[in-house]
Amino acid sequence: MARMAGRRALFAAPVLLVVTFGVFAVAAASPFDPVKAYTGTAGLTATQENLDQIRANLGVDQPLVTRWWNWLMSALQGDLGNSSVLRRPVAEVVGERIGWSALLAVTAFAVAILLGTALGVLAARRRGGWLDRCVSSAAYTLEAAPAFWLGLLAIWFFALELGVLPAGGLTDTASDVVTFGQVATHLVLPAAVLGISQLPWFFLYVRQGVADALDEDPVRGARARGLGEPTVLLGHALRSGMLPMLTLIGSRVPELITGALLVETVFSWPGIAAATVQAATSVDFPLLAALTVLATAAVLAGNLLSDVLYGLADPRVGFDG
Amino acid sequence: MSARSIRGLAAATLAAALTVGAAACSNPDSGAAGKNGEGESAVVGIAYEPESLSPLLGYGKDGNAKIFDGLLALDRGMNLKPALAAALPRISEDRLTYTYKLRQGVKFSDGKPFGAKDVVFTYRTILDKKTNNASKSELDAIKDVRATGEDTVVFTLKYPYAPFAERTVLPIVPEHVVAGQDVNTGPFTTKPIGTGPYVLTGWSKGEKISLKANPHYWGGEPKVKKFTMAIIKDDDVRATRLRAGDLDGAILPPNLAKGFKGDGAKKTYAATTYDYRTVTLPTHNKVAGDTAIRRALDVAVDRQTMVDKILEGAGKPAYGPVPTGSEWFTQGTERPHDLARAKKILDDAGWKPGKNGIREKNGVRAAFPLWYLAGDKLRQEHALAYASDAKKAGIAVTTQAGTWEVIEPRMKDDAVLAGGGAPADPDFDQYLLLTSSFGGDGFNNMARYDNPAVDAALAEGRKSGDKTVRKAAYDTVQRELVKNPGYTFLTHIDHLYVVADRWDGLTTQVEPHDHGLASGPWWNVEDWTPKQ
Repeated sequence: MARMAGRRALFAAPVLLVVTFGVFAVAAASPFDPVKAYTGTAGLTATQENLDQIRANLGVDQPLVTRWWNWLMSALQGDLGNSSVLRRPVAEVVGERIGWSALLAVTAFAVAILLGTALGVLAARRRGGWLDRCVSSAAYTLEAAPAFWLGLLAIWFFALELGVLPAGGLTDTASDVVTFGQVATHLVLPAAVLGISQLPWFFLYVRQGVADALDEDPVRGARARGLGEPTVLLGHALRSGMLPMLTLIGSRVPELITGALLVETVFSWPGIAAATVQAATSVDFPLLAALTVLATAAVLAGNLLSDVLYGLADPRVGFDG
Repeated sequence: MSARSIRGLAAATLAAALTVGAAACSNPDSGAAGKNGEGESAVVGIAYEPESLSPLLGYGKDGNAKIFDGLLALDRGMNLKPALAAALPRISEDRLTYTYKLRQGVKFSDGKPFGAKDVVFTYRTILDKKTNNASKSELDAIKDVRATGEDTVVFTLKYPYAPFAERTVLPIVPEHVVAGQDVNTGPFTTKPIGTGPYVLTGWSKGEKISLKANPHYWGGEPKVKKFTMAIIKDDDVRATRLRAGDLDGAILPPNLAKGFKGDGAKKTYAATTYDYRTVTLPTHNKVAGDTAIRRALDVAVDRQTMVDKILEGAGKPAYGPVPTGSEWFTQGTERPHDLARAKKILDDAGWKPGKNGIREKNGVRAAFPLWYLAGDKLRQEHALAYASDAKKAGIAVTTQAGTWEVIEPRMKDDAVLAGGGAPADPDFDQYLLLTSSFGGDGFNNMARYDNPAVDAALAEGRKSGDKTVRKAAYDTVQRELVKNPGYTFLTHIDHLYVVADRWDGLTTQVEPHDHGLASGPWWNVEDWTPKQ
């Protein structure tokens, strides 16, 4: 297992290099002008000389490869550069926001996995029953629903129509201290939306897995031995039905990141994803590159995690190498 | 949607509601927040967010910086009054030296005293090449700034510049905090320290800016103790959150402001502005560059209808950058809507009706494209109205939407629906908008307008210290714009604000084009008093 992790880590280095270069290349090819994004409305009345000076100060007049190389070299020395759009060191921006993103993602993931598993087991137990029919069709509908659409729907219903939950932000608009209660209520909607948008996959996998397992000989045998229903369901069926879901946990990480990107933007959640959108539309190279590295690393780690989990759960699978 | 999936959706909603309910129950203390019972705190919704809160990078350059003060400030009538300076500046005979005596005993919010060295540091840093300040050309006239003693600052100018004192509303930063930091990215850009009536307590970018009253403010502690500006880009969301009580006030477009008319607890404030919408007529375009076409368009547009229909009455017809209500406006230069006259101008110039009623001259069709900023509904409606009015005179204007990235390379030949306006002095707008040497310089003089008489008058207007001479110069500019309009000015737009009726002393200033934090009834929130 350690050898697999080591090999994957070695493999990650070139992947990250290619990805960051790709980000610089795509951003450079985009029609957005970093100087215009930087100066905002003031840029509309600035003289060309002034704009040229700012272009030089920001270092965005250099060729693509030079810019990428300079970024890479200072990044390797621990200096992630300065975000031009947020006007602060990238490390500070990331450090301040990553916690909120992690909180949102972990809560959402927990909602998706726990709720998905519970509903999956219940649905598999009575296949074709009313619960199974309701939840399954809802799951198929949700699979097709984009997370941001669900987010807007949730804001409309819970914040505007019912007025029971805040529509966005980390705390109430009037409050500027971050308290547990404030964050908890503000976390409900984004985490629920993000979690529910991930839920169908877990639900459908567990339902299928458990349903298949219930038909298998060992489970039938367990039943025949007179074991109680909960033991059969959770101890035997769920255990073998969980296997495909372990792979799913890792492979859902990229989806979780892109989902969070939209959910954070919809709910003005001050996380890393909201910063990514801002960095991309303002061609903020240093911030964009750092965030891409983070996202890529998360995806690679997710894949590794699912392989490790699978290997641990089912000794027949083993580790590659 | 089948019955099956509707049932499914209902179950999912129920599940979500249960989760939500469970989580909400565990925090009983969180429901009460969001309402401000007393008048001591105010939350307002604004549409634009500053890029930075550092004056060195351009924040608050036109005054009303809340966290900071300038040497001077503008009062309600846009007249200069002393702020960090003890009095208005002493100006030398040749108008090249401005001497400011500073107010004594002023402290920054960190407790350190304010002094002449801070003023010198602020201006020198902004003028430094390394500082990424996009507005620094506004200070081009400065040759040198230095302190002569603890409480005196002297500016020396390269050339006489009439509105120089208006530029010194620019906020002053503390040298002892900023020196030694990276001006462009240091902590000061997000954690500013100033002498102003408010102190920053939090800035969550894209969400809100939170301020609390500065108890040691030299002008007296503000009565509104907490002031929060929520950044809400979407007009509808802003209106909804205002209605829900999450906001106490907000800027709203005319159609949404109308919805609060019957609300007795809220008052609507309309601020008159210098904010114009105009169509640039590029000099290099064979059609738009033709004087007859320009003059015809100038009388073919129905400005009053645009004000009535697009702005729902909240605005005025514009005949130039100077609004008709201003003391700088030249009476008699109004051009009423006159389609017959437009047609006659075109006939006389040889633009004869051709196919489909579009005029032609020497094989050139009277047609040109007009770009507007995608997503800006107000500009779109102006552009469409303009095209429709032009069509009636036989000129085909095709409207196209784009982002600035798309529009900018085409500005030389294509018309653009542009906006602008700065109220403090007529020089601020007009010099950059109409001087021929600024043609195509960034977004200045987008139409590449080139008129020697206007160039001379603008130079005269910025040089002279005599108001009558200046007025005559700007009269010349406005009369020249009648003879050869390089732009078709359409409207000046009133900015509408709906604010909860819980305070006394709310007023508005004449506002510029960009409605940032400084504009709105909260331009002087430090002077508000809660209603008893």
